[in-house]
Amino acid sequence: MKVDQLSIFLENRAGRLAEVTRILSEAGVNIRALSLADTSDFGILRLIVSDFDTAKAKLKDNGFTVGRTSVVAVKVSDDPGGLHNILTMLQNAGINVEYMYAFVQQSGDSAVLILRFDRTEQGIELLQKNNIEIIPGDTLYSM
Amino acid sequence: MIYDVHNETLPREDLEKLQLKRLQALCERVYANVPFYKKKFDEKGVKPQDIKSLKDLTLLPFTVKQDLRDQYPFGMFAVPKDQIVRIHSSSGTTGTATVVGYTKRDIDNWGELMARSFMAAGASAADTVHNAYGYGLFTGGLGAHYGAEALGATVIPISGGATRRQVSLLKDFAPDVICCTPSYALFLAETGEDMGINIKDLPLRIGIFGAEPWTEEMRRSIEKKLGITAIDIYGLSEIMGPGVAIECHQAQDGLHIQEDHFLAETIDPETGDPVGPGEEGELVFTTLTKEGIPLIRYRTRDLTTLNTTPCKCGRTTARMKRVTGRSDDMLIIRGVNVFPSQIESILIETEGLTPHYQLIVERQGNLDTLEVQVEVSDTMFSDEIKNLQLLERKVMKNIKEFLGVTAKVRLVNPKEIERSMGKAKRIIDKRNEA
Repeated sequence: MKVDQLSIFLENRAGRLAEVTRILSEAGVNIRALSLADTSDFGILRLIVSDFDTAKAKLKDNGFTVGRTSVVAVKVSDDPGGLHNILTMLQNAGINVEYMYAFVQQSGDSAVLILRFDRTEQGIELLQKNNIEIIPGDTLYSM
Repeated sequence: MIYDVHNETLPREDLEKLQLKRLQALCERVYANVPFYKKKFDEKGVKPQDIKSLKDLTLLPFTVKQDLRDQYPFGMFAVPKDQIVRIHSSSGTTGTATVVGYTKRDIDNWGELMARSFMAAGASAADTVHNAYGYGLFTGGLGAHYGAEALGATVIPISGGATRRQVSLLKDFAPDVICCTPSYALFLAETGEDMGINIKDLPLRIGIFGAEPWTEEMRRSIEKKLGITAIDIYGLSEIMGPGVAIECHQAQDGLHIQEDHFLAETIDPETGDPVGPGEEGELVFTTLTKEGIPLIRYRTRDLTTLNTTPCKCGRTTARMKRVTGRSDDMLIIRGVNVFPSQIESILIETEGLTPHYQLIVERQGNLDTLEVQVEVSDTMFSDEIKNLQLLERKVMKNIKEFLGVTAKVRLVNPKEIERSMGKAKRIIDKRNEA
């Protein structure tokens, strides 16, 4: 049920991000979703890609520090309150969201949330119990 | 004015006789009382009675900083602990600090030598001394303090920090002499400008600056900005503390070494062979009168040139050129000694850090800044900002705690290229560029 997210350390320097996208495009890897967190001197780029292993290997070859993180992808209806319901549920269960990002699907009737929990397994259990649709990694990589 | 006319103006021949007598007594003393030296002498096959002239000094073994660390804490002391009246220590993580002990007589001698230094700088008993060297385990504060008291001057023991208050007191107490690091002097001048107090207009007339290397250009800039005579002082805690050597205000050309107490040599740092007068070499000291922790041929790692030509101030003691560099990788950041190896052990002790790092030293305005760049390895990398920031803070806190310097810690990408070129370049010192 989990999704592999590629996390990449980026020094805060012009051109670092373009270097990542160049390496991925040359390797024929497609980016499905991304988010970038930054501080004054470094950033962390988080990606869901079409081919995790190739992306990781190519970036490592080029001297990037990368990591694998398990995240959860859920489908929510593209309506007011869709996200709020899920967050309330998590809050009541005492599960912490470390960070999240989202994208709207092409069909436009639903959005996909990428969630990073402090306790991934419990998070998945809770979502399943409440009949929230979880998108498996394989589906997401090839969407 | 010369504080100790007899000892500071001895004819060279008489001085050397005195040095030899003291050297012979010293060798007897350490051979009998310090197991470390007995072993060293025996290994070299030398006995105290083999020292018949000053030339025989080269028969004796060297002592290096690592020896003091290996004997941590009190293994180098030559007297029973109950005769030690004070202990000083250099910063360092556990096991790397160097510890020195002083007997009552050591403290008295130190006071005398610092009093000589004040007078050489142009100060007198009538003066007030603003002492902004740090008080504590560092020798600067207390060393200057007791010297000023021995001279009979008035001491203001302000220590370091609280810069705005320091400026106010420079105005209110109107001291004649200031003791601090040269970079701090410039910082005081700038702070004064911000407060609308021009130090140039105050009665302050002499600055005694040490504990960090500085240049002739910096001297001129300090003299101009503060309207004072800036004097270079030299010392190190292993040998005594401040007052091992001092410039005279008449010549401001090389620092007079207190040769009746410290036997100075310059050697080739690679081979250990003596270099001739006027040639640059590593400065080596033998403490002729120290009781607590006497040292034989201690390698300072400081590079200088010795000059025994007569000086216009009347002192006959040899002068050492302003120290320009080191024969090791020690950095001096705002007067604090920092070795890359100390940073390395902090990184290793800070969970999850592989010690690939680089130290960037710069001078911003007039203060040294240290940035520690740490390469982010896969094991320490996290997808969460807060974890990486926590790591940065932890390293900063440990550096501050163990070394006493504030460093900026910056996480960087691994630098494949530089490592493949062989020896990692650990230090980038940009202070001398400009």
